[in-house]
Formats: sequence, structure tokens, C-alpha cells
Amino acid sequence: MTAIELRGINKSFGPVHANKNVALAIDKGTIHGIIGENGAGKSTLMSILYGFYEADSGDILINGQATKIRGSHEAIAAGIGMVHQHFMLVDPFTVLENVMLGAEGGALLDKGIDTAREELERLEREYGLDVPVDALAGELPVGLQQRVEILKALYRGAEILILDEPTGVLTPQETDQLFRILKALKDQGVTVILITHKLQEIMAVTDGVSVMRGGEMVAHRTTSETSKEELAELMVGRKVLLKVDKYEAQVGETALKVEGLSVIDSDGVPRLDNVSLTVRRGEIVGIAGVSGNGQSELLEALSGIVAPSKGRIELNGTVITRESHLDAREFRDLGVAHVPEDRHRMGLVTAFTADESAILGYHRNKAYNGSILMDRKAIVEDCAGKMAAFDVRPPTPSLKSANFSGGNQQKIVLAREMARKPDVLLVGQPTRGVDIGAIEYIHKNLVSMRDAGAAVLMVSVELEEIMSLSDRILVMFEGRIVGEVAPKDADERLLGLMMANAAPDAQEAAPASGTAPASTGAEL
Amino acid sequence: MRVISGTVPRWVDVGLIPFINILLAFLASGLIILLIGEDPIEAVRILIWGAFGTEEGIGYTLYYTTNFIFTGLAVAVAFHAGLFNIGGEGQAYIGGLGVGLALLLFDNSLPFILILPISIAASALFGAAWAYIPAYLQAYRGSHIVITTIMFNFIASALMVYLLVNVLIQPGQMSPESREFAQSAWLPFMHEAFAWFGVEITRSPLNLSIFWALVCCVLIWGFIWRTRWGYEIRTVGFNETAAVYAGINPKKIVILAMCVSGGLAGFVGLNEVLGVHHRLLLNFQLGYGFAGIAVSLMGRNHPVGIIFASLLFGTLYQGGAELSFDMPKVTREMVEVVQGLVILFSGALALMIKPTVERIYFILASAAARRASAAEG
Repeated sequence: MTAIELRGINKSFGPVHANKNVALAIDKGTIHGIIGENGAGKSTLMSILYGFYEADSGDILINGQATKIRGSHEAIAAGIGMVHQHFMLVDPFTVLENVMLGAEGGALLDKGIDTAREELERLEREYGLDVPVDALAGELPVGLQQRVEILKALYRGAEILILDEPTGVLTPQETDQLFRILKALKDQGVTVILITHKLQEIMAVTDGVSVMRGGEMVAHRTTSETSKEELAELMVGRKVLLKVDKYEAQVGETALKVEGLSVIDSDGVPRLDNVSLTVRRGEIVGIAGVSGNGQSELLEALSGIVAPSKGRIELNGTVITRESHLDAREFRDLGVAHVPEDRHRMGLVTAFTADESAILGYHRNKAYNGSILMDRKAIVEDCAGKMAAFDVRPPTPSLKSANFSGGNQQKIVLAREMARKPDVLLVGQPTRGVDIGAIEYIHKNLVSMRDAGAAVLMVSVELEEIMSLSDRILVMFEGRIVGEVAPKDADERLLGLMMANAAPDAQEAAPASGTAPASTGAEL
Repeated sequence: MRVISGTVPRWVDVGLIPFINILLAFLASGLIILLIGEDPIEAVRILIWGAFGTEEGIGYTLYYTTNFIFTGLAVAVAFHAGLFNIGGEGQAYIGGLGVGLALLLFDNSLPFILILPISIAASALFGAAWAYIPAYLQAYRGSHIVITTIMFNFIASALMVYLLVNVLIQPGQMSPESREFAQSAWLPFMHEAFAWFGVEITRSPLNLSIFWALVCCVLIWGFIWRTRWGYEIRTVGFNETAAVYAGINPKKIVILAMCVSGGLAGFVGLNEVLGVHHRLLLNFQLGYGFAGIAVSLMGRNHPVGIIFASLLFGTLYQGGAELSFDMPKVTREMVEVVQGLVILFSGALALMIKPTVERIYFILASAAARRASAAEG
């Protein structure tokens, strides 16, 4: 039986045709994946299904019945629940209060609380969704917060559950748990729609998969009859190399040496706790970890954005400590380039034209400046050159940075940071939110930077990326480096355990950093 | 590859929407004038005639315009750094003090060729210094600049009263004004400048500082969009995190932007003290600093837009004065209501109609696209 069917869905935003004649049918009690690059129309389609937008034309059939969905309340009434990529929880409320929110059942709360508690217990029993009902939502780990979101949907009677990029913030172990829950839901007859760009998740958990490209539904496949390679090709529209081609690293002298580096934030919380590492020329050192375990602070300390509280950084022989007071520009002068984790927040100014974003951080260079005025011609030519070299599309320097796709924005940032052939290249989440075609290209460039003799330090939450690109892998947990593995010995399970600081043998492999008396606060 | 862009073309944003805003303001004003029993069409006629119908009217309009350009530019520069400078009023006042002090010191001893640059420098320096204190407090002490600049308006006001009543007042005189500067040190009026070339025009307060205002427009355009300092100011204004990433110190930028802003506001003192009154007196700046906020908003923080917006406000000031003179029922206060409506619609409510206009534009645009593709097929 078909739980949900879409027929000829069209949706335009002004001149942009975001969904073209989309058709989709999903059987009841299955897990169905929807994949596609950014801007392929997945989010628009799901927004139509959840009532955020109304389709220009087309029909939605729920359990065989034509249904109009004009708002999220109508979607809920039709049995559709959604778990957003960014959780919509009220942090200072308990789990119970969060679940009841919007379904309180009257002006006084006590009756509603009793019903909610009973209902939650039933849901937990049926689906194995264990959650501490009276804990504050803000104090739960992300994996549990996500479960609360799922419970919220089920509490409202959802029989069709849409999950938008649900694994982006989870450890591999949490992802496994999520998939177990999804399978339990499926066994109870719930229909699950999983939106993701991670092919291996599609292969691991779905029954069927639909591929979107350029606003159209280009293929429907039964998961058991397809492969990652085929799906990638369908998404991009051409053959894609999923593996990174690289030779053995030709390691040179040490370019970056960090000793006992700590960063303590304004609340007195140690974000970076006694970190020591070295990166040599000609190698890529990958830092794995669940996001929020000090990787951002490490990159920021190594690029001069935050000052270290303790410890020293040795860059090409120059020693930098807390007393040095060097800012990001002076770090650049010492040969550091930095591709930040969040290009919208930090890597470029979205309101600037591309050529202005392409000189961010280098805007005082002689090449771009006369004595008073900037040399517009040089800046535009420089940007056009970078765009050609990195295949940025469209190659228009005067276009606003915000109007490029994520992959092309990232290419602008990479082009800017690589152009000066830095000795040390810091890269955060090189392919976050980047289309699969651009990922391949970015990886190739990182390897060629390495081969040109740069010391590359890469932070990523994508374990596949870490394992395929790195020459050495360090794992961070709660601001410390808790272990080092060679890529050939690494697999997702081992890295996942280390990322949760639960691998006994990894502890021993850790540098002596964790034992220093200065490290406090991180041990919880 | 197609660029997905949800933005309307520039002419809609900088041309059509401000125009509709002004139209709305005039519609509302027209209704009010109807309500008090006057003819709105006649009122508009008197207003336009008052502002542009005579040489004297034009002179007054442009003289007001000059002040609005200075304060409008001042607000715009701060705004590009993400700062709301509400203190144009006080900075203009203190800028005038700078001019006055310089003139009281030098008007008899130095030739005009030196007086002029000294006056420009003094007004800018004093205005900048008055903006520097709130800027420092914002950058290094975290006091909100909106609050501090407003408070500095009052401090400036109190300071000027004290100085003019107790220190700078011309001895033996009742009104709190300084002595008149030597005539050789005055900035020439426009009618005097025209007379040099043998052209006779009616007297008005319009003086040569309007040329300085236009020069400032060019300089500020270059400063904001063509120098590395302007680049840094805009970076901080758009995205402070990215600025820190780029090695820009936002604290220094706050100070730089506010000092430039205060200096520009200070030039009001040039127009008023050196150009018109030729003495230091009270309240010559009244209202221009605040109107500068509306001017800048309406002009989309761009010098070209600011020139047009200043001209509109100059027209309203001068034409409005004429209106209250010719239409007895339209009092001085009524004219202020009309000015207030323009500020309300083009300043505070500047973005109110934007979503509607954009929706209509997109409907029209996609209809046109459909027609075009139908014609092709």
C-alpha cells in the first residue's frame, strides 16, 4: 500500500523552477531515501510536503487520498511529522514539556502532562526510544535531542516521518542507534523519508531511494539493486571518482609545531586543553572528532583568531605564545593560510562581490593597493584568474558572494587561501555543504597542495574524508588529542570509539598531553 | 549553470521603492491637509514654488541641502561599519565650536586662504573628537553607541550653553553669542561669488560650503568603496567574524568609522558658523543631525542617494516654511508633521513595502518569462 504519493508537483520561485513535475510514491512501512546535490530541490519538495510552501500544481495523496496541505498544522493532521536538521527544542524545558509544546490539551497543564507522560511511556516501549523524560532538553547530548524530536513527531500521531540530514551532528555510534530506531519505526508501520547526501547511509538503511537533480526526479531505485557509484553518477549527471588518488606522502621538515596549547574561553571553560602536535611539509594531518570538541578553537588558535591561553606555536621557526599578540594578518605573513570551517560566518562576506571576498585577509597586499586607492583592475583580474584556475561557476567576479552555490563559494575561499602557496594550510570541513562533483575537485587540490610541499592540517567530521585524505589521523575529544592512528589501520568503528573517548588502546597511543597537571575541567 | 538569485534588480531597490515611499508620505500628508480644510494640490504647488520658484527660495533650499548632505554622509559612514550614529546633532554642534574657536583666535591675524583650511580641519577635528569618546566606549568598554551618542548630544548642548553664556559671550551684550568674526574671514555667500563673475542673484544664506559638501560626497564614495580602510569598514559592518578572520581589528574600525562620521557631521558648523552666522551662537545645528538618519536611510547609505535625499529634505524645509506662510491653516507644526511623515515612510518604514513590491515584481517577471517562452515555442 502506498503511504504517500506525489504527482506532477511543480514549484517556482520567481524565475527559478525549483521542482519540475516531480512524481514520487513511497510504500507504507518502508524507509525511503531522497538524495541530490544542494539546490536539487529536495528541501523544496519536503517543504511542500510539510506545508511550508504550497505547490503551484500537482497532487499529494496520503494513503491513497488526495490531500491539500496548506500549513504545518494540516501536515500534522495528515499524519506527517518532520525532524529538522536544526533541532527546534526549547532548551530550558524538560523533554516532556518539549514534547507537549503545541499540544498541551487545555489551558491548565496538569492533565496534559499526565496524558503526555503516559503516551511517551507507550512510545518508548513500542519503538525503543529511550529518553530521560524529566531532563532539560538543552542538557541532553545531540543524539538524544534528536530522539526528542522524533518523539515529538510521533506524539502528534505521525505515520510518515521526514528526517532532514539527520546524521550531520552525530557520531558513528549515534548514527547506528538512530538507524536502529528508524528500523524499529518501520517495523511498527511508520513510513520514513530520509533526506541525505551521504550515500553510505542510503545503502545502509533504506529500502528504496529517489534521486533528484536540477529540480527533477531523475531516478527511483530499489536500494538492494543499486550501488553508491550509480547513485553518485545519477546525482551529478556524470561519472564521479569517489576515491582520492594520491601517492605516498613525501614528508619534509616540520612546518608547524604545537606544544601544550590551551585555549580557555571567557567563561573559564577550557576549549583546547594542552594540545601538542606537529605537521610536516608534504603531509596531510587529519583531525577527526565530533564537532564541538575543540577543533574549531584549534584552527582559530593556529590562525591567530583567538590568542592561546597557554602553550606555544612554532611556525616556520617563529615561536608564538600568549604574549606575542599576533593577529590573523600577522599569522598570514608567517605563511599560514586558513580555510575556515564555516565559510558563511567567517570565510567570506556574503554581501561582498566575489572579487572583494577573494581578497579577504589579503586586502592590504601591495598587489591590490595603490598608495591610497585600491587597484580595482588588479583585484578583478586576480579574481578572474582564481575563478578560472578553480573552475568557479559562474566565473563572474562582480557577482555577489551569496549568489554562488556552496561548492563554488568554497572554491573561491580555497583559491584565495591556496593562491599564495602557504607553508601551512589549515582546512576546516573542506567539503561541508559542497556538491559531490566539487568534493572530488577540492580533494584533488588539497592533495596537490600537499605534494607541492605544504603542511596541511585538516579538520573534518566526515570520517570518509579523513580516512581517504589524511597521511596521519589525530582524534580530538573534549579539547584534547586522545589518539593517533595511521589511515591504513583506521576504520569508522575504531575512529568512532576514539571520538567518544571509548577506545582503551587509543588512550595509550595518545601523546603524554592528557596527563599534564594543568589539564582540568575536561574530565567529566 | 544558472545562478539562483532571489533579489530584485537594483533600480527597484534604490529607485522604485524610495519613490513609492515618498508617494505614500505625500498621500498621507494630502489626506491630513484635506482634513483641515485646505486644498492638497494647492499645498504641493506652494511647496514646490516656495522651494524652487525664486532665486531666494532655491538658495535657501540648497543651503538646507548642504547641512543634510553632511549629516547624511556622517550617518552613512558609521552605518557601513554596522554602527548607528545618533550623535550627529552633538558632533555638528561641537564641530561648529571648533570653527568658532579657530575664527575667534585667527580671524584678524590670518588671511582667508589660511582661515579656510584651518576651519575645515577644526570642524572635522572637533566633530571627530566628540564622536571618538562614544566610539572608544563602544569598542573597548562595550557601552552601546546608540545610547552614548544620544547622551553626548545633551552634553554638547549643555557645554555650548555654558561656553556661550560664561566664556565666549561678547562682553556687554545680552544674547549668548560670541562677537562677530572679521568680515575678511567669512566664507563667501553664493550671491557674492556670482557677483565676482558679474552675475547678480538674490541674497540667500547659500554659501560656498555646498561645494565642499559635494566634494565630500566624492571623497566618501572613494573612501568607502575604493580604499582598503573602506573595505575594512564594510567587512566589519557586514560580518565581524569574517573581519577578525581577515586580521582586521574591529575595535580600531569602530573608532575610525566614528571619527570620520563625526568629522562629517562637524562640517555643519562650517556651513552655519563660517558661512551664515559669522559668529558662534546657540542651536544652529538643531534638527539636522537627526534628519541625517532619515537622509542616509532614504539614500541607501550611498553618496548619490544622499544628495537626492538631502535635496528632498531641503525642499521640504524651505517649501514647508513658505507653505505655513501662505496657508494660514497649515501651521509650522503641520509642516513638521509632513516632514515627519516623509521620515516615517522613507526611514522607519523604508522596508515596509519591499516584500509586496518584490512579490509583484516576481509575478510580472515570471509572467513575462512565460510569455517569452510561449512566443519561442
